[in-house]
Amino acid sequence: MRGRLARRLIGSTMTGATYGAAALAILPLAAIFAMLLVKGAGSIDLNFFIRSAVPVGEPGGGFAHAIVGTLIIVGMACVIGVPIGVATGIFLAEFGGGRFGFGVRFVADVLNGVPSIVIGIFAWTWLVKPMGHFSALAGGFALGIILVPIVARTTEEMVRLVPNSLREAALALGYQRWRATLQVVVRSAAAGIVTGCLVAVARVAGETAPLLFTALGNQFFSTRLQGPMAALPLQIYVYASGPYDEWHRQAWAGALVLIVLVLALSLIARAVVRAKRQHA
Amino acid sequence: MTDLPAAVLEPEIAPRSTAEERWRALRTVSRGDLIFRVVLTVLACLLPLLLLLIAVELVSEAMPAARRFGLSFLTTSVWDPVRGQFGALPLIFGTLYSSVVALAIAVPLALGCAIFLTEFAPRWLRYPVATLIELLAAVPSVIYGLWGIFVLIPLLRDHLWPVVRPVLGHVPIFSGVFYGPSVLAAGVILSVMILPYIAAVSREVLLAVPADQREAGLALGATRWETVWHVVLPYGRAGIMGAVILGLGRALGETMAVTMVIGNRHEVSASLLQPGYTIAAAIANEFSEAVSDMHLSSLFLVGAVLFLITIIVNALARVLVWRVARGSAVGSTAI
Repeated sequence: MRGRLARRLIGSTMTGATYGAAALAILPLAAIFAMLLVKGAGSIDLNFFIRSAVPVGEPGGGFAHAIVGTLIIVGMACVIGVPIGVATGIFLAEFGGGRFGFGVRFVADVLNGVPSIVIGIFAWTWLVKPMGHFSALAGGFALGIILVPIVARTTEEMVRLVPNSLREAALALGYQRWRATLQVVVRSAAAGIVTGCLVAVARVAGETAPLLFTALGNQFFSTRLQGPMAALPLQIYVYASGPYDEWHRQAWAGALVLIVLVLALSLIARAVVRAKRQHA
Repeated sequence: MTDLPAAVLEPEIAPRSTAEERWRALRTVSRGDLIFRVVLTVLACLLPLLLLLIAVELVSEAMPAARRFGLSFLTTSVWDPVRGQFGALPLIFGTLYSSVVALAIAVPLALGCAIFLTEFAPRWLRYPVATLIELLAAVPSVIYGLWGIFVLIPLLRDHLWPVVRPVLGHVPIFSGVFYGPSVLAAGVILSVMILPYIAAVSREVLLAVPADQREAGLALGATRWETVWHVVLPYGRAGIMGAVILGLGRALGETMAVTMVIGNRHEVSASLLQPGYTIAAAIANEFSEAVSDMHLSSLFLVGAVLFLITIIVNALARVLVWRVARGSAVGSTAI
């Protein structure tokens, strides 16, 4: 039996250690953000947003093509992934009690863990290979696949938070089940569902791996869905791996824009979800 | 539902309707409901279908390489696109090695964070700290890579390594010249990336431990730490295992950050300071420049191996986490 003093000493040491662990975990976030501000903020000017890449050595290149490309590709991903994800989520929440629902939930979680690069080569075999060329469309398809399980699970959770009394009230008024679900339950969960989609968008907007051999990237401004298109994370990857200081400078600036975009989406989403949970 | 009042209110007019029939009338589904349910079910079927399709596509594209090399694909180390020889041992080894290094760093820290957030932190500090830790998961992989190349690698090589070298220089896993891009750098980056997942899921597991467990521990005279260590953690053991395995799954499939810092060399080396390669990194680097059909097929084959491993790992993690927090979306929301 250890002495009382020793036990209390161990206790306070370990308590202190957990404080240390939390501090150490937050350190990289602070370090990354500080670095992005120091190295990236100086390179962000008007040119950065309105001009596309220029040959090395020429001044005034920007990320306009990559920013527009990311918006287009993520937009396509939403068109493909959000309807399926939301429908699956509603199904899981309203009818997902049985064995089939359990299976779908399980598959959604497993699919969520499949590496994004694997999704990328799947999109390649389905769209790039038959079409014979890289395309923004294939990139949107790949990101859309990644969206589905995330949207499905968050939608499910949000629909579940709707109190049963609302469902019962709607049914008692003579609503059929589908009208009760769509016009009462889903409507009151709408804010939460939109937030879930935002979380998913924040996640896929930063994805690089699935775009490597689908959208491929492009040094020029392009809005053609059938051809290669630039994207913010792809451009950062290319510039960071390249040998030129000018490229590195722009990579930091691009990374700053990307992280502000992604963190803003995540923070908004978290705030809404938190308010919803406390309300429920 | 419309014929419900007739069945319920006028039993005399239909004297032969038994209780069973009346219940059936209550349960009758209208056509709109039927269509609604069928449409949702069909859409929900897409997810399992997708998983199946991915598996089928990967396997069928990988078939030529699998037929040609057989099991030796997994046990040989030659990766020579020019001569058409492919062995994936360095890739598989590098994937597992970097992930294990990441777990070794991330698990103690993540558990510390989870315990801090559920047991020791003052209430006002919990939400902000939890948010900051979970934001680590929102940082895109390519930004971790960028930071790894320009901040972490110089830090490890120029500042940290010269200091610890006299002590660790003779340990086999730290042998050789340290140029920078290495399994160590990849492991450190990966540990930062998977920490938020392990911490968030462990935290939810610890939150699910009933308060009376803690009260019982304290009532027996244990200190708060002893209660956590001997009561709370063992209670959530399965879920915490699940959280760790979930983190492992993330680490195995992580692509961009690893590609940027691991050095990309097809070689099995036990030293943490030497470059390595992972499955995901090899696919990212070589896929669009594959020189032959066999090269492409070999990349599909390692991709299929990675797919299989992550499926098993994730399924295992889900089963473990669900045992603690049954059916709820622990760990799959918000991050």
